[in-house]
Amino acid sequence: MATTTTALKGAGPVTGSRSFFMKLRDGDEIARLITLIFATTVVLITAALVWELWVNSALPRQKFGLSFFVTSVWDPIMDQYGALPFIYGTMVTSAVALVIAVPLGIGAAIFLAELAPPRISDTLQFFIDLLAAVPSVIYGLLGVFIIVPLMRTMIFPALNKPFGYLPIFKGPSYGVGFMTAGIVLAIMVIPYIISVSREVLLSVPRDQREAALALGSTRWESTWKVVVPFAKTGIMGSIFLALARALGETMAVTMVIGNTPKIAASLFAPGYSIAAVIANEFTEATGDLYLQSLIALGLVLFLLTFILNGLARILIVVTTQKGSEVGG
Amino acid sequence: MKRFAGLAIGVLALCAIVLADNALLINGAGATFPYPIYSKWFDVYHTKNPNFQFNYQSVGSGAGIKQVTEGTVDFGATDGPMNDDQLKAFQDKHNGVGILHFPTVLGADVPTYNIPGVTGALNFTPEALAGIFLGKVTKWNDPAIAGPNKGVSLPAADIIVVHRSDGSGTTYIWTDYLSKVSDEWKTKVGKGTSVNWPVGIGGKGNEGVMGSVKTTPNSIGYVELIYAEQNNIPYGTVKNSSGNFVKAELASVTAAAAGAAKEMPEDFRVSITNAPGKTVYPISSFTWLLIPQKFQDAGKRDAIKGFLMWMLSDGQGSVEALSYAKLPKEVVEKEKKAINNIQ
Repeated sequence: MATTTTALKGAGPVTGSRSFFMKLRDGDEIARLITLIFATTVVLITAALVWELWVNSALPRQKFGLSFFVTSVWDPIMDQYGALPFIYGTMVTSAVALVIAVPLGIGAAIFLAELAPPRISDTLQFFIDLLAAVPSVIYGLLGVFIIVPLMRTMIFPALNKPFGYLPIFKGPSYGVGFMTAGIVLAIMVIPYIISVSREVLLSVPRDQREAALALGSTRWESTWKVVVPFAKTGIMGSIFLALARALGETMAVTMVIGNTPKIAASLFAPGYSIAAVIANEFTEATGDLYLQSLIALGLVLFLLTFILNGLARILIVVTTQKGSEVGG
Repeated sequence: MKRFAGLAIGVLALCAIVLADNALLINGAGATFPYPIYSKWFDVYHTKNPNFQFNYQSVGSGAGIKQVTEGTVDFGATDGPMNDDQLKAFQDKHNGVGILHFPTVLGADVPTYNIPGVTGALNFTPEALAGIFLGKVTKWNDPAIAGPNKGVSLPAADIIVVHRSDGSGTTYIWTDYLSKVSDEWKTKVGKGTSVNWPVGIGGKGNEGVMGSVKTTPNSIGYVELIYAEQNNIPYGTVKNSSGNFVKAELASVTAAAAGAAKEMPEDFRVSITNAPGKTVYPISSFTWLLIPQKFQDAGKRDAIKGFLMWMLSDGQGSVEALSYAKLPKEVVEKEKKAINNIQ
């Protein structure tokens, strides 16, 4: 914002110092104030959100303390609540989603931005934007009717037979579980990764490509060694957007994860996620400790998103520094 | 511009119509299970008595109890009766004024399953159901299931249990029944709208449970009778306390209420799962309206009293069309007397 005001000042015809009221009359100061208010609202809303979650989760904090994070019992009848299975489920499903979605999404973005003819690229982009706008319940239904049976009859046997000795591919499979939820999430976040990454790749200056080609590199070399590293920060951004969506997704996950608050090493076992349990149990939560434990879970999800976003920023800073060192 | 003016006039006219319809608005919130019949009742009642407009939000039993306790709605609705703590909380909040339960219709839970090769209705004993949901009966050919199903070839496959993942009155009825027929269930799990399930996977809503059962071979779950009827889902019979295997039907569910009517407490807070009687379907339950005992607003009080009276007479006539079981005569008579307690 500072640069905008200086730029406008420089462009203005008025010379010498201007009083506050002069600026007010010109509209600069008004625009500054209004946009400042809008910007602070975002901060205020976030602060209010944390405050509400914090205040309304006092009971479980007093009763369970930090053990809330490491207890894996969730029993509304006995009034015992622990967040661990939900944290585990949320992280595992998001991780599976990213492992699948990142290579697919970035690969598709590279094709669309660098290799495909513009007409095909634009047409495909239209469909990708359409996919990003599909309501999550539709993806949930897709999961229930197509991926769940496929998982039980094809994907599970295909992975269990050769790799069954690995704990993560142990049976039995009910069709629903961490893996299914991860796949559905992957399908949901791929459009985000493609859309944002494609835009970023397209905005890489032409000179970069032409310089690489002039130095004798092939088309693929110029794409992979010059364009993609140049767009790295933006591509990372698309991945974190995808991660944020995966962490908070509720409807599609609850339809295919199995809704069982248990921690299992196998990706085929049923589990539960934070967002799913809140959506499932909030309306019928009787008793203050029960309700507040669900709100505490909301706070945990908020913290989780916050921490992962922080880590993401650090990662971006570190990798871009490394990139410029190599460049220099 | 002209078009805009026309639109504005249209909107104003609409507002005028809405404002002119100055019926007394009575707000309620609660259980989702009786929502279809409640919305029909409130609609019919409004056309007959244009002065009163009932507005009902199906937010869930737990939220209904909470909202009526906090006084944000005029009445609540629940699938499981309020417990003593909740009653006390209401009284504390309202200077000693209590809240009354009024049964409106009946519902039931049915066991539904998907076993390749088995098409007929299976017979379930209480022991078998409790065993399956406790994770003790793990194979379909276990003697507990095979015993009462002579002639059906049951596979030696693992049983996959499907339960509700969202808090619901359906789960309350199911776990209330299991708590009555199995001491182990009572001590290990208990009854409630959400419980800590020993085994199984969770589906969201009746449709979620049904979807999982349909797509998972060798699975068993429970859904509301209405849902099973409307979607033509096959379901099993359950052995009642007299030793008969009974299929859930509107008549056998009403019979459960009649069976329990003799020992009906004054406040109507009664569980009718495993009720006595030869023709009784044992996994049945009332659903209740929660009405505060005292109203500040005499208009609202009279409207609610009038509605309750109508619901118990004319209203009961339309419940079976929506697959709800109606209240038995004994209960209706008792409730009509209880309406006088509303002041």
